[in-house]
Amino acid sequence: MAFFQMKKMILAWTFRKPVTTSYPFEPRKICPGSRGRLDVKISDCIFCTLCDKRCPTQALDVDKANKKWRIDRLRCISCGYCVEVCPKKCLTLTGDHGIPTVTKEMETF
Amino acid sequence: MIEEQTIIGVMPEMLVAEARKLCEQGYRLVQICATRLGEELQMDYSFDLNRKFVNFRFLLPKTGGRVPSITGVYFCAFTYENEISDLFGVQVEGNALDFKGNFYTTAMKHPFIQDAVPASVPAPAKPGVQ
Amino acid sequence: MGHRTIIPFGPQHPVLPEPIHIDLVVEDEKVVEAVPSIGFIHRGLERLVEKKDFVEFVYIAERICGICSFIHGQTYCQGVEEIMKIEVPTRAKYLRTIWGELSRIHSHLLWAGLMADGFGFESLFMHSWRVREQVLDIIEATTGGRVIFGSCKVGGARRDISPEQMTWMLKQLEVVEKEMRLIVDVFMNDDSVKHRLCGVGVISKADAISLGAVGPTLRGSGVADDMRLLKYAAFGELDFAPISRTDGDSYSRCAVRCDELFQSLDIIRQAAAKMPTGEIAVKVTGNPSGEFFSRVEQPRGEVVYYIKGNGTKNLTRFRARTPTFANVPALVKMLAGCELADVPVLVLTIDPCISCTER
Repeated sequence: MAFFQMKKMILAWTFRKPVTTSYPFEPRKICPGSRGRLDVKISDCIFCTLCDKRCPTQALDVDKANKKWRIDRLRCISCGYCVEVCPKKCLTLTGDHGIPTVTKEMETF
Repeated sequence: MIEEQTIIGVMPEMLVAEARKLCEQGYRLVQICATRLGEELQMDYSFDLNRKFVNFRFLLPKTGGRVPSITGVYFCAFTYENEISDLFGVQVEGNALDFKGNFYTTAMKHPFIQDAVPASVPAPAKPGVQ
Repeated sequence: MGHRTIIPFGPQHPVLPEPIHIDLVVEDEKVVEAVPSIGFIHRGLERLVEKKDFVEFVYIAERICGICSFIHGQTYCQGVEEIMKIEVPTRAKYLRTIWGELSRIHSHLLWAGLMADGFGFESLFMHSWRVREQVLDIIEATTGGRVIFGSCKVGGARRDISPEQMTWMLKQLEVVEKEMRLIVDVFMNDDSVKHRLCGVGVISKADAISLGAVGPTLRGSGVADDMRLLKYAAFGELDFAPISRTDGDSYSRCAVRCDELFQSLDIIRQAAAKMPTGEIAVKVTGNPSGEFFSRVEQPRGEVVYYIKGNGTKNLTRFRARTPTFANVPALVKMLAGCELADVPVLVLTIDPCISCTER
């Protein structure tokens, strides 16, 4: 007879601290190497448009003539393909996941 | 090489009889799929027994193709047969559980044999354009 | 002979995370017949392959499903590599094996939580997901993503696991194993759980084969068939035997999944011990020309990709048959003759993943 097999576990956890965190007040611990927000070091960029061509979700728009590098943050899936193809290695994925937004707009560098 | 895959050409009219032979040997239906090759459809019926993969193949015209249903042998084929009739417009005769074109809800009929996306379907916006 | 009523089940139902609709023909409290209908979220992903380059498509293949994401990517890559005759470095094969098994553990723990929720055991649900969170942390630390790993590419792997990370991972997994033992003990031995699962939804061995069931649904009915026996990735060099149970009821399907949790841990440990050093990827040149049916064992069962290329950078055809699609006929069979109150439990025993079913 195994009645309520879980009683031990439930009793033990009654006296422990919760595993959840009070999120907005206590930021989430981010593992190093996590794929988050795409960051560009615009001074190194040569506007080769390779990242624009390769982006699977067409989140990037690189204007060679006007030297503009634009990103649609809501489309970016943080896959890191652009980081791999960048010849100047000026793109990085930071561990930070960015702040929430209420408007759809392109960020221009 | 991961595995040997045997592909056998089968006439559509012999399909049910051949499938029954495999069923009696204990084969399991793996999948049924259609592939568009220009003006033709390539039909694949795959079976497996202890990881021995056997595939039946035949060609159909792109539109108006008819195949006999194998639901009499493998009942589970009904999902695949409804799928090919909804997406490719292949007419399956004698399906035991026929959804009559209502298996998938699609914006257009038989989307997988259309050449290109018609103008009525809006194209995804370029970045920055809302 | 009672009065027959048709009760619609889904697409919105508390136990269903995703939309599937089943018309239940009910006589008093007994289900006589069940007619499934899917198609609420058909996205036509298979045709997207005509627009995307075959290297890029791995990101889309990974996003077919949010739970077995890595294995979808792996199946796609293996298929393309087979067509292009690419020999993947051994280290990449081992990495794929480790990540594949990690994703199996997290998927089975997710299922355990949903199942507990399905039969109304809330605290078991919470604790299963608490343990799963630790597995997700390992995945995030080693691949960079929590559910979308993004670490598989045509020709190898995109990331390596450093020796320090590996030691840390194995230490974490020991903690996870202890926690999992406690949870599995509840699933296997608790009376109230057994009362809901034993003898419910029996699928005989012959039925499981003729209905084309795959994965734990097939193995729960006594057929020890597992696609990992095809020896893809590093499975040829690791020691494992498929787990099966003979009863064919909901309890044995549950037991198969619970045992697989520990089997996956064992495979990860073996792979970590045998892992060779060296390259993790080879350069891919040219375009695929040919065809292959790529088959891999997912947490839910066998997934089949048909990949056909014609020598251009876009593939001609990409077809995915996911395990839930193959398990729907078995579900229909299980539902006929069951009690109405058991329907949610039975729907959950096949571990339904509807978005991947409809692609």
